[in-house]
Amino acid sequence: MRSRRNRELILLALAAGGTAGAYALASLGRNASMPADLLPFFGVVLGLLLGAHLVLRWVAPHADPTILPVVALLNGLGYVFIARLSNDIGNATALPGQQAVWTAIGIGAFTATMIAVPRTRMLDDYRYIAGISGIVLLLLPLLPFIGREVNSARIWVRLGPINFQPGEFAKIALAIFIASYLAEKREILQVARFRVGPWSFPEPRHLAPVFAALGISLLVMVTEKDLGSSLLLFLVAAITLWVATSRLSYLFTGMAFFLAGGWVASRLFGHVQDRIDIWLDPWADPDGKGFQPVEATFALANGGITGTGPGRGEPYRIPEVETDFIFAAIGEELGLIGSTAILIAFVSLVASGLRIATGARDQFPKLLAVSLSALLGVQAFIIIGGIIRIVPLTGITLPFVSYGGSSLVANWVLVALLLRISNDAALRPELAPTDDFEIVP
Amino acid sequence: MNRQIRLLGIGLLGAYLVLFVQLNRLQVFGAEEYNEHPSNSRPLVADFGAPRGEIRAEDGTVLARSVDVEEGPFAREREYPQGELFAEVTGYFSFDAGATGLEDRFDAELRGERNELDDTIRELLGGDSTTADVNLTMSVQLQQAAREALGDRRGSVVVLDAQSGAVEALWSWPSYDPNLLSGTDTALARRQRQTLLAAPGDPLLPKTIREIFFPGSTFKVVTAAAALEAGVVSLDVPVFPTVDSYTPPLTTNELSNFANGQCGGPLRDLVRRSCNAGFAQLAVELLGQDQLVDTAEAFGFNQVPPLELPDVVASVMPTDFGEELGRDVVVSPELVRQLGDRIDTVALTDDMPSFAQSAIGQFEVKATPLQMALVAATIANDGVVPTPHLVDTVVDSEGAVVFEGDFTPWMRALRPDTAASVREAMVGVVETGTGQSVAVDGLHVGAKTGTAQIGASIESTHAWVIAFAGPNPDRPDIAVAVLVEADEAIGEQTGGRVAGPIAHDVIAAWTALQ
Repeated sequence: MRSRRNRELILLALAAGGTAGAYALASLGRNASMPADLLPFFGVVLGLLLGAHLVLRWVAPHADPTILPVVALLNGLGYVFIARLSNDIGNATALPGQQAVWTAIGIGAFTATMIAVPRTRMLDDYRYIAGISGIVLLLLPLLPFIGREVNSARIWVRLGPINFQPGEFAKIALAIFIASYLAEKREILQVARFRVGPWSFPEPRHLAPVFAALGISLLVMVTEKDLGSSLLLFLVAAITLWVATSRLSYLFTGMAFFLAGGWVASRLFGHVQDRIDIWLDPWADPDGKGFQPVEATFALANGGITGTGPGRGEPYRIPEVETDFIFAAIGEELGLIGSTAILIAFVSLVASGLRIATGARDQFPKLLAVSLSALLGVQAFIIIGGIIRIVPLTGITLPFVSYGGSSLVANWVLVALLLRISNDAALRPELAPTDDFEIVP
Repeated sequence: MNRQIRLLGIGLLGAYLVLFVQLNRLQVFGAEEYNEHPSNSRPLVADFGAPRGEIRAEDGTVLARSVDVEEGPFAREREYPQGELFAEVTGYFSFDAGATGLEDRFDAELRGERNELDDTIRELLGGDSTTADVNLTMSVQLQQAAREALGDRRGSVVVLDAQSGAVEALWSWPSYDPNLLSGTDTALARRQRQTLLAAPGDPLLPKTIREIFFPGSTFKVVTAAAALEAGVVSLDVPVFPTVDSYTPPLTTNELSNFANGQCGGPLRDLVRRSCNAGFAQLAVELLGQDQLVDTAEAFGFNQVPPLELPDVVASVMPTDFGEELGRDVVVSPELVRQLGDRIDTVALTDDMPSFAQSAIGQFEVKATPLQMALVAATIANDGVVPTPHLVDTVVDSEGAVVFEGDFTPWMRALRPDTAASVREAMVGVVETGTGQSVAVDGLHVGAKTGTAQIGASIESTHAWVIAFAGPNPDRPDIAVAVLVEADEAIGEQTGGRVAGPIAHDVIAAWTALQ
């Protein structure tokens, strides 16, 4: 399977080249001059990716070859746009440097995860630790002194000089817990013995831990007003439950629960109602509440098919463009071609993840691959759909692309786990328990 | 489970297809509608930062130009190197409030013919844009002289080339620095505009062309010209009685001379000493309203002067002085004795007292400083009203002249001999009359002063002077109008004492530049 890594290397070189090319174009578009640091920049990007690639050759030679290059391209493109936007947004000159550091930390976390988790199955042993730490991570921002509220969402924790969003890591921990729990209980959950009217359900006691984890996480998210993550976690849990049990009723019941919860939330919290009103008609108040989606629409329309060219649009008009709305900036400056490329990148990531899931032999890695892929695919769908008004807007990041350290590092860990599952599946079953990476099937 | 995973894959693919369809709606099929949406300010930002030509004074001095901006949303910023000096004509170029002055009038030319693709290609080739530059007839030095002469008094100074109508100076105070309103810090520009809008004296208003004032006695030039043109009087016949006031028909309100002084004599002296009573009597008993209205309109009153600036206002000469009462104005025996049957009778109308007021530039007669400068220019220019213009040429980047100032006459107001007689009378004003402060050594200068009462308050007056000057007595080169606006804190200001020295300074500065 050396050819897999060789293919990956070629794709990585293309991703690094694409990133450097975009970086040069953005500078040309703004100042009509090549960036002075183009070669060092290209060198650093290539060096970081090469590091990750070499670690894969060492600890996971059979892993899927497309995930790392696609992630590298998304991360690189995101960095270029953050660097480009920082010229136009006041007090934002520090963003590119920070994002570069977070990218390096993310790739470091990626390699550390690859090395620290030599077998997917070992995560299975940490099921309850994962579940509890997921909930604790979610609770952290509610603590006094360290928890912080930004833009009315209390999702930040400050430890010394570092601010981070523990919720980003909680998603992965909870995915591990849910996959592990369902892998064990799926057969019991498939059997419906408990009847309510015309519907039949599994025995509630088997479902209790799942609903407990979900209930707590949702409650926390509602109190933290982090609706995007709440929606994401609920959907991913419902999807995983459906895949595990083959029972569509779980999916629909989950949806029904969520819609009911959303309705209650819109009654209880003005900002939820606002979000829905803006979604239904942003033009009602284009200079006020609807300003952000309306400006994003104008940005995308301005881009047209081919875009204004990097550095030549006006995406700085959109509030929070460097985080939640970075997709609109890409759509403006790279056009429909660029925005569709982002869609294809995520479709390709999800496809790789689901292919890894179908290839996994054991229940736990299979379900974990499903929930991790769903996390990526659904999160990107929720934020892109929110920007282009397919679903109500909820403030979450576009994985790998948006500015934000926690999200970046957590998603690098997420793809490390996917690649680990992929490598495991490629090993011959009888050899699977060993740690000998040199054996080729 | 693999079946569910495949279904999940199909489901997610379907969801992303929905995103793709919506992106097509936003970026392709609906793009035009959104690009032109009224809430979309992107076209405005592009416009505001687009390349834009220069505005230059007669000697090439740059009055307005666009400079590149490194930071922020706008590619370029408008800059006015002369600050407030030419604000009256360039106007400003504001993101929020739009353009005024020449920036507005020649917006299309300054901006140039542009289309996106063409612009991109030009930029790639490093070539010029197609923007056009506006070259003015105005002189920086003369404008500077006008500013210094007026100082910090509220008022206006207009200097025209008397023959061609080319504007050489156009200044009013209070003014403003257009840089304050045209910057790329749009919030700051908005605040500064609010401050200027609230400031006393309306600094943003180009008062030389946009505000009308009682012209007072400077309007007697028009009345005298009308009477000479009609042939009802000459400079020397008849001799009007020396009185301190005149009582028009249908009223008992006397129309007094300035300071209730004794004043009279032939038209030459009425002009020289600015006799209200004599002019009122001339207009009411010998001239009649039709003649005066016709002549005033031939000078440009009740019409918008074709100057290349937006929203120039027309000066006002009332045309309706009431119903005819079916009988004639009774001419005083003294005039009958002198003129005999040369008198054309004047029909009596309802509002004869207002007509008498109008003949001396009061009642509802109001004029812009520009119009009064045109009156002086017409007298200097043998009775032809020149077309006022301040643009010499507008030249695009390829060297093509896309606009040329109109050097042809606007219209004829008077016969040349009438104009020559009025010139003679106005020279008398400077030599021995109320306008001696205007005199400049070595030049032939004619002038008419004005001290216009505003409302009922006699204490507070506009001080006016209109003048022409040049080395050749038959062909004066420049025409000047100076107005110092009424100021209650100062009280009465006479044209001769207050406005005359300003006209003198400006004429002296002009001759120093020749």
